[in-house]
Amino acid sequence: MRIALPVNSKDIKSELCPSFGRAPYFLIYDTTDKSMVFLDNPATRSTGGAGIRAAQMLIDQSVKVIIAPRYGENAARVLIDGGIRVYKNIAGTAEENIGAYENNQLNVLADIHPGFHHHGNK
Amino acid sequence: MGINKKIVVLSGKGGTGKTLISVNLAAADGNSYYVDCDVEEPNGHLYFKPQILEEKTVSVLIPEVNNDLCTGCKECVDFCKFNALAFGKKVILFKEICHSCGGCALVCPVNAITEIEKTIGLINIGISENVRTVGGIMNTGEASGIPIIKNILEYIKDKSGYIFIDCPPGSACIVMETIKDADYCILVAEPTIFGAHNLEMVHQLVELCNKPYGVVLNKCTDGPNPSEDFCKEKNIEIIGRIPFDSELGELNSNGKIAVRENYKNNELFYSLLNKVKEVSR
Amino acid sequence: MKQLLILSGKGGTGKTTIAGAFIKLYNARAYADCDVDAPNLHLISKHKNLPKKKDYYGLPKANIDLDLCIECGLCQANCRFGAIDYQDGYFVDTNACEGCGVCEFICPASAVSLKETVAGELFLYKDDSVFSTAKLKMGSGTSGKLVAEVKKQLLENTKKVEIAIIDGSPGIGCPVIASLSGADIALIVAEPSVSGISDMERIIKTAHHFETKIAVCVNKYDINLSNTEKIEAFCADNNVAYLGRIPYDSLAVMAINSGKSIVEIDCPSGNAVKAVYARVIELIQKEDNL
Repeated sequence: MRIALPVNSKDIKSELCPSFGRAPYFLIYDTTDKSMVFLDNPATRSTGGAGIRAAQMLIDQSVKVIIAPRYGENAARVLIDGGIRVYKNIAGTAEENIGAYENNQLNVLADIHPGFHHHGNK
Repeated sequence: MGINKKIVVLSGKGGTGKTLISVNLAAADGNSYYVDCDVEEPNGHLYFKPQILEEKTVSVLIPEVNNDLCTGCKECVDFCKFNALAFGKKVILFKEICHSCGGCALVCPVNAITEIEKTIGLINIGISENVRTVGGIMNTGEASGIPIIKNILEYIKDKSGYIFIDCPPGSACIVMETIKDADYCILVAEPTIFGAHNLEMVHQLVELCNKPYGVVLNKCTDGPNPSEDFCKEKNIEIIGRIPFDSELGELNSNGKIAVRENYKNNELFYSLLNKVKEVSR
Repeated sequence: MKQLLILSGKGGTGKTTIAGAFIKLYNARAYADCDVDAPNLHLISKHKNLPKKKDYYGLPKANIDLDLCIECGLCQANCRFGAIDYQDGYFVDTNACEGCGVCEFICPASAVSLKETVAGELFLYKDDSVFSTAKLKMGSGTSGKLVAEVKKQLLENTKKVEIAIIDGSPGIGCPVIASLSGADIALIVAEPSVSGISDMERIIKTAHHFETKIAVCVNKYDINLSNTEKIEAFCADNNVAYLGRIPYDSLAVMAINSGKSIVEIDCPSGNAVKAVYARVIELIQKEDNL
């Protein structure tokens, strides 16, 4: 099963990136064969809808679980429709988080922020 | 149609006096239009407190997917440059991000996408004594005020009289849209190095758009005026000078229109009005 | 590191003058100007070296290759933004072009392509202190992302610093929200006018969405005492920290015009700003101890 984590560098010992949509890379880890790959996040080039774009890529990559500090309501809508579960990270590296997940130590991430999209006047 | 003169009042930055000047010129002229194109932060209505005569909704087209026809090919998702579409188990549309380009409907190989109207705001037309006011309101969450501004500009296109257009601050695309059909541009500048720097920016803009223009120096004091120096250096016509005056400041901060009150220096606005009419002939 | 963001809602309230004063008082080693539409902070910040420049690319825009164009006009007919015109050949108005790609898709001759377009420029000053700023190109419409780049550039180039001072974007839209991202405390510089109050209230509403502590100060308060009191009452009623009032001061204009900060000369506004500054620092330290 594939797990994704937003990371700051292409290293399993990297800290997680605080942003989901604007994370520079995603680490995709396969629990069945313990293989991993780092993907550039295409959303870093987007002027808007970054969370949506990042979520879509992860769906296209057949990711089933995400471990992240936070994500916005736009990404949430896509991930929910795609059936992906998101867990809240613990302080530490991507490697430590993967370990925590495999030991059933992580909680589902329920706190979704409103996102950084446009707010016109009232 | 009688004369139709669009006078756009702009500055590189907020707070220089665009609204003060456009509101007072419109009020001084009488039988004129005051048009508030700052649809993100409209302020003119706070001065005119107009009686609203008419409201028109502004809408844009957004896609609607027929899920019975959709094959899940994701051509639409891949096409959208704005990331307004996604696909989990079905197509998901993010309406506020959609730019209404119509591309998704075009690329769908099975014609599963049609376009429907979505209201994004409205324009309102009102009256305050002898001044017609035109303004727009964007619905919360909408991305761009440009469709509203386009609607406003379409509305005033053939109206008779002097039309004073209060422009949004800055030099982004929303400003260029507003000055597109201007007959004359009034650049408002403050006497600080910030003011001069912003004047330089907006000067480049009107030159780029090939518009006739002149500068009004606002909040003038006795000291040196970097904006005035800039005008002299570039040979830009200064069409008016409004001195800093706490009485004017107080009137303005209370949402009062100086020329409708007993402001002692109302002559300033009347002579500026005459000058504007002269240079925009 | 804590991020202190200075916002105004409306432009022209004195945000940059106050940000400049704070930078001087704190002897800030890291600061940024997020007003990418009309940046002003660089005019009063003193740096020995020239800045490092970097192009900022916004959305790619359409470009028509006239050698391939067969002049069928389908691009113009399908452009929803009025961005394609004809004059001795079809051409794209890059200011109106939104980069949607419909023309590229519809062209039967493959004559249209989307090309990367420079939408602005980033500047990085780096000597004793790090100063990140940018300028959006005229006619561009992608300022939120450029603001994010300004902050990213600042954070990437800053080592150990306690407080970074960010001169925020005016308004309430996307660039302001991009400035708010990551801010620990936002100081709103309010103006005592009906429009200033209206804008202040809208900014507070927007800022409440984020976990940012909000504080307010009133600049040029003596222009309208009763409006100033309205703002003070509003803050009290809405649990927003009120940090003081600053008078209109002609000496301030003179200081700025001679390249000095208002806290470098002895003037009423400078002295009032020093008091506001002290309260902001106290507020930041109180947050730390929570």
